[in-house]
Amino acid sequence: MNNPAEKPEIYQYVGTRSIRPDGVDKVTGRARFGADYFLPNMVHGRVLRSDHAHARIVSINTEKATALAGVVAVVTGADFPDIPRTMIHLGEQQADIRDIAENVMARDKVLYHGHAVAAVAATSLEIAEQALALIEVVYEPLPVVMDLDTAQADDATLLHSDQVTMTMTGPVENAQPSNVAMYMPLPKGDVTQGFEQADVVIENSFQTATVHQGYVEPHATLVDAQVGGKTRIWTSTQGPFLFRTQIAGALAMSVSELQVIPTEIGGGFGGKLSIYLEPVAVILSRACSRPVKMVMSREEVLRASGPASASRIWVKVGAKSDGTLVAAQAKLEFEAGGFKGSPMVPAVMTMFASYNIEHVLLEGYDVVVNKPKASAYRAPGAPQAAFAAESVIDELALKLGMDPIDLRLKNAVDGGDLAVYGPPFEAIGLKQALQAVKAHPWYGQPLAENQGRGVALGFWFNVGMQSSATVRLNEDGAVTVVTGSPDIGGSRASMALFAAEELGVPPDRIEALVGDTESIGYCDTTGGSRTTYATGMAVVEAARDAVQELRRRAALTWELPLEQVAWQQGRAVDLTAANDPLPLAELTANAGQTGGPIAGSAELNAQGVGPGFGVHLCDVEVDQETGATKILRYLAVQDVGKAIHPSYVEGQLQGGAVQGIGLALNEEYLYTDEGVLDNPGFLDYRIPVASDVPMIETHLVEVPHPAHPYGVRGVGETPIVPPMATIANAISHVIGKRVTRLPASPPRLLALIDQ
Amino acid sequence: MARNHVTTTVNGEQVEYLCDTTQSLLSVLRDELGLTGTKEGCATGDCGACSVVADGRLVCACLMLGVEAEGQQIETIEGVASSAGLHPLQQKFLEHAALQCGICTPGIIVAAKALLEKNPDPTEEEVRYWLAGNLCRCTGYDKIIRAVLDTAKQIQGVSS
Repeated sequence: MNNPAEKPEIYQYVGTRSIRPDGVDKVTGRARFGADYFLPNMVHGRVLRSDHAHARIVSINTEKATALAGVVAVVTGADFPDIPRTMIHLGEQQADIRDIAENVMARDKVLYHGHAVAAVAATSLEIAEQALALIEVVYEPLPVVMDLDTAQADDATLLHSDQVTMTMTGPVENAQPSNVAMYMPLPKGDVTQGFEQADVVIENSFQTATVHQGYVEPHATLVDAQVGGKTRIWTSTQGPFLFRTQIAGALAMSVSELQVIPTEIGGGFGGKLSIYLEPVAVILSRACSRPVKMVMSREEVLRASGPASASRIWVKVGAKSDGTLVAAQAKLEFEAGGFKGSPMVPAVMTMFASYNIEHVLLEGYDVVVNKPKASAYRAPGAPQAAFAAESVIDELALKLGMDPIDLRLKNAVDGGDLAVYGPPFEAIGLKQALQAVKAHPWYGQPLAENQGRGVALGFWFNVGMQSSATVRLNEDGAVTVVTGSPDIGGSRASMALFAAEELGVPPDRIEALVGDTESIGYCDTTGGSRTTYATGMAVVEAARDAVQELRRRAALTWELPLEQVAWQQGRAVDLTAANDPLPLAELTANAGQTGGPIAGSAELNAQGVGPGFGVHLCDVEVDQETGATKILRYLAVQDVGKAIHPSYVEGQLQGGAVQGIGLALNEEYLYTDEGVLDNPGFLDYRIPVASDVPMIETHLVEVPHPAHPYGVRGVGETPIVPPMATIANAISHVIGKRVTRLPASPPRLLALIDQ
Repeated sequence: MARNHVTTTVNGEQVEYLCDTTQSLLSVLRDELGLTGTKEGCATGDCGACSVVADGRLVCACLMLGVEAEGQQIETIEGVASSAGLHPLQQKFLEHAALQCGICTPGIIVAAKALLEKNPDPTEEEVRYWLAGNLCRCTGYDKIIRAVLDTAKQIQGVSS
């Protein structure tokens, strides 16, 4: 599989801009997303959410709600199993299943405003809403902990009395109950000695806000929990198998009691790796013996589903006068929300992963606060870390009078270099990406008054993990590919292209489907930028398995040994030249006579991850009267390994850049002193709209990833890593002051200008 | 509460339905008529996923009541393609890969179609401002804008 000799040099279909297999469904409104599923006899579920950010639940009285005509079930935390504290493996990370269960439905305490405390199923949504209003919850309010300082004060109110600060190897010394759930140091060399060698030292502190992934489709699920049968769950998820594990864990069930059927998914960006409604709908469905549909409102999405962590990062870098980085030190504090598990760890690991620095000390803190539990958000932790790191690198370039790309080129990692977190990089294209930006015609162009130019780079690991795929050949020679990876951004197009290339069948003859947990083998999530890499690898292997069978059938037909039959451009070719080639459609049409249906399958755990590096360039114009920033032009360059479908790869870069523009300029959770989110809608939590942004130019660097048969490396997450720093650097150059807090919204920027 | 009887036209077909007085047109389309191509992203008129055309006017179906549709001509995403094939916008969206997850796509296509019927030769800026009420979180809008401009060019080419 990993033999480079197997790698075709010229591709017939890979790298073309084919029409995605699910395209027509998506442009005609036929595609069915989470809320588009209905079942006979279905009822509607709604969740009662806490109106306190931190409180003990004294009592819940559901009598009046239960008595309301049309109400078929009312449940509270008492109806859910009491799950012991257990760390379970969830793909890219570990999680405490008790935390997940308590986040889904509070038991004794509510930990954020919007935390679920009860749920109702009724024959109509209106009745369900009326019933929620009849549930009486008595709370004992507790002091709210809304920020890092309050959470870490000596006399801090504790969110979890049994929580002590852990390290990777166990509790810290003399561990006392604390809101700091985890401390992680990443030392390399001797940072004190490193700074002694430095000619220039830059130091600053940076802050980012709580933000939301902002997928346009709210969480939605439909559950049919049959007594004595399977519990079927239709849901909008990035990982049907991951959901199965989590739901089973939260409800003390076996995974095989559940069938999770992924619907089309209307955006996730990491936020649909977390379960919210599904276990609640299971308990409600069991209670009323009817299918239960639950859909979050936009307000619920913002109040109670996965925001991304607010952060505070203090950072110091030291360099020689020639620009050689000699030392870097940082303290990274990340808000986890009501339960432990912010992306502090990847933030620490990615922060200086793009540079060769001899002496490094990075220390991360995972801190609980009374906000919704942070969920993954596209390259979790990395954009915040890059904002801090790339801002001080920019400042360093200014102080040294060096071109910011030259400074980065001087210190950038290349193949063979060791990552700051340990292992060596294989072939990577960071330097090529930096050079591509420097060579871009914009780079040297003059700027007008109030305009500024920023550059920053970004890194993301990407992952491999487990995938399954089947490739089935129909009688007419058309092909059906099934994987277990939800298609969140056009991955079916890549799956079809892989199968097309291997089989020699045009992509428009290939259907690519996403299976459910019963119809395809285990697949890890659509996350970690792994789908085209790992699931794509499974499709390639499954297609090769089918090709092997096609060759065998031809050999049987021709009465030749297998090695005398080759597979070329969709046809079996007799290497002895005694027979005319047999096209695929002929072999499939006659499959019944040669041994039955023809198919291939593959199940694998993809190793040898290919990291992604991106470099962004942006020109901004700042209105110094209003503090408003306009993005004039934007360039995203990235090493993508090999672009299987270039349009969807460009789309990842463009989408990530614009999401990043939102983080840099607008997006921010605004809380009252009581811990109530003040902007729980798209009007006030404003994500970029079409008129906010220019075209996003992209440039794809293709340094093939050696471990993948087509050189693929993940592309989806890296593009959101550089934008915050890129834009902050550009703005800083305009106003002559360092932007240290994002978003640089007009009022905040104006305050900085006027400071 | 007695439900209201409404007679209207959806995608050229006369339909009748019963709806609550408070029920939005979006809920009627999705829950009463089974037209789930129109999506709900916010229910507050901020995201445009439920864009439909009512009597020639582009509206958010979540901000219109089902009873208001009485006697109107409603056009939804389900009526954009015909038995003859996809609408040029739909074809261009596919060719330009102007969608990723696809949840905003029906609303954006309905909105873009309304634009091109009003202004067959829009500038990039006009497309961007017309579509400013349609949120897309995946694409960064680039390929969407290109698909709309390219459609306009194609339609112009055909008609000229």
